[in-house]
Amino acid sequence: MLTLTHYLMLSGALFAIAVAGIFINRKNMILLLMCIELMLLAVNFNFIAFSRFLDDTAGQVFVFFILTVAAAEAAIGLAILVVLFRTRSSINVKDMNSMKG
Amino acid sequence: MENIYLTVVLSPLVAALVAGLFGKQVGRMGAHTVTIAGVATSCLLSVYTLYSMLFGDLGTYNGTVYQWMSVGGINMEVGFLVDRLTALMMVVVTFVSLMVHIYTIGYMHDDPGYQRFFSYISLFTFAMLMLVMANNFLQLFFGWEAVGLVSYLLIGFWYKRPTAIFANMKAFLVNRIGDFGFLLGIAALLMFTGSLDYGDTFAAAEGIAAAQINIVGDANWSLLTVACICLFVGAMGKSAQVPLHVWLPDSMEGPTPISALIHAATMVTAGVFMVARMSPLFELSETALTFVIVIGATTALFTGFLGLVQNDIKRVVAYSTLSQLGYMTVALGASAYAAGVYHLMTHAFFKALLFLAAGSVIIGLHHEQDMRKMGGLKKYMPITYWTSLAGSLALIGFPGTAGFFSKDALIEAVGHSTIAGSGYAYFCVLAGVFVTALYTFRMFFLVFHGKERMDEDARHHVHESPWVVRVPLVLLAIPSLLIGWPTIGPVLFDDYFAGAIFVAAPHDVLAELGADFHGAFGFLLHGLQSPVLLLAFAGVVVAWYLYLKNPLLPKAIKERTEFLYRLLDNKYYLDDFNEKVLARASRMLGQGLWRGGDAAVIDGALVNGSANAVGWIAGKVRRIQTGYLYHYAFAMVIGLCILIAWFIW
Repeated sequence: MLTLTHYLMLSGALFAIAVAGIFINRKNMILLLMCIELMLLAVNFNFIAFSRFLDDTAGQVFVFFILTVAAAEAAIGLAILVVLFRTRSSINVKDMNSMKG
Repeated sequence: MENIYLTVVLSPLVAALVAGLFGKQVGRMGAHTVTIAGVATSCLLSVYTLYSMLFGDLGTYNGTVYQWMSVGGINMEVGFLVDRLTALMMVVVTFVSLMVHIYTIGYMHDDPGYQRFFSYISLFTFAMLMLVMANNFLQLFFGWEAVGLVSYLLIGFWYKRPTAIFANMKAFLVNRIGDFGFLLGIAALLMFTGSLDYGDTFAAAEGIAAAQINIVGDANWSLLTVACICLFVGAMGKSAQVPLHVWLPDSMEGPTPISALIHAATMVTAGVFMVARMSPLFELSETALTFVIVIGATTALFTGFLGLVQNDIKRVVAYSTLSQLGYMTVALGASAYAAGVYHLMTHAFFKALLFLAAGSVIIGLHHEQDMRKMGGLKKYMPITYWTSLAGSLALIGFPGTAGFFSKDALIEAVGHSTIAGSGYAYFCVLAGVFVTALYTFRMFFLVFHGKERMDEDARHHVHESPWVVRVPLVLLAIPSLLIGWPTIGPVLFDDYFAGAIFVAAPHDVLAELGADFHGAFGFLLHGLQSPVLLLAFAGVVVAWYLYLKNPLLPKAIKERTEFLYRLLDNKYYLDDFNEKVLARASRMLGQGLWRGGDAAVIDGALVNGSANAVGWIAGKVRRIQTGYLYHYAFAMVIGLCILIAWFIW
């Protein structure tokens, strides 16, 4: 029988993988975006799990909204990425240190 | 009457504003017309006020016209107290001011700052009227500072002359010292009474006299004595008493009309007026009166000596002003307030006359002020000659002139005084009579008689002054000669000042004199037998012998008494002392505070120091900013973990 704990553990594992992805990946910017999406999904997973086990559909409604916003964000993020590639001809994370103090 | 008093005060102000702000639009003609009209209005209304007080039934007016603000129970108001003392001062101030206005048309004829000058002297009249008509300390202080300000502007009127700038700065700074004392005095009274009003303060006088304060250590000081001495320090600054007299001779850098108006007739008398006005306070403190009389006596005699060695015609008159102010102060110290104010009035006429006559001589010789280059002007400038003679005779107290009545009464009053220091004062004022006569007639003989010492070119151009100059001379000569006759009885020995001036019974020397007084003529006869007259004549004779009969003698005396001459010529080295010791010390203190306090601590440590610290820390911290996204993300997650850990525990 799957309990709430299982879902939460999966969600935590997904989130941890996403964070690790952000740290470890030093090359591709697209991977970064994907990791961020993964974080969001991990959080959504929590919402749905709680909604199911606490018997409250409001959580699922939130997930709809969050997914919509996330999709929009991803679109904007990819658009920025395209512009970035055009100006710097690279999407290598290591090259992006113009904020260095 | 309130409207009349308001008009008296405001018409010179309006005139000053018109002439000052719209000088270009109204032009020269407009400037002098409007200011003379303003001051003439004041003068007429003042005369009307005095007339109604003397011959009508006009009583004392004491009222508030405008409440400025009320702070912590202290009312700050503009109000008028017009009693007989005020009315007398109003007439003197506005009359002399009017004469000076008319005279200025002639004196400043070619000056590019014509409108500005008229604006200033009208403004001065306004300030002086505010001072004398005040019914509270705040307004008194306003007038006090305003006359100081205008005198600063006027001394430095020719602002391109370095000496004038130096002189006006000196006058301002020395007056600041006096004003500081004055402010402390007002504050001491305010602290006790909680009111700025004269009436409230005088009513509380007995209480103030009983109060004690601690200033240094455990010594208990009488609050009233401290307050009175502080107030008198203010008077010392404004009325140029030793040692704060140093600004007055230097103020002769200004144009002559203002020397007559400010430094002879009106502003310098503000201190004397103030002490007379505060008589209910001063009367209760013998210590303060002794202080006043000693300072006055020292001024009267020792500044007179300085007049003996001056060569600048205006400076001689300036030193005689100092000496005469000393006389007035002595009278105040001897509780003969009425005599002091009476001498103030007569002095205003004859000293303004002497200054204007000196100015007339200066115009006649094309701005030559050195008496060694004058002489024999009698035949060139007859009107100036005769009016100067009138002024000089009044100054030395020639029997029958205004100066005789006021000075003789004053000296007699001092002789009757029993207050500590009155013996010294009596000696000083008697010796002062001789000195006064000597320097006055030294000046008179050097200027108008003897050999003509100007150069050939100047001699051809010597001329009598225009009518705008001569008319004020004549109009001032009349009261200088005659005003003593009708006024001495009522002002000094009747109860003219009843209610305005308070004299405690044991000090009332004028009442003692009054017992022997039988009319002006009797006073004249009595005066003929007094040593005062002998001393005055001796002074004139000595001056005649030294400067006309045997003109080589002064030089011989000068060479014999080299040390004494140098002492006098350098004004007792007081200026040097001020400059080299006091000014230097304060400059060094200022420099120390600037270098140490301002530059090092505030600028160096606090302002630049904190900026440098921020810069240094930022320089270290900036190394954290690598610019790599994953470092930021790492920091964020670590921070998040720490926060969560924080909240969970």
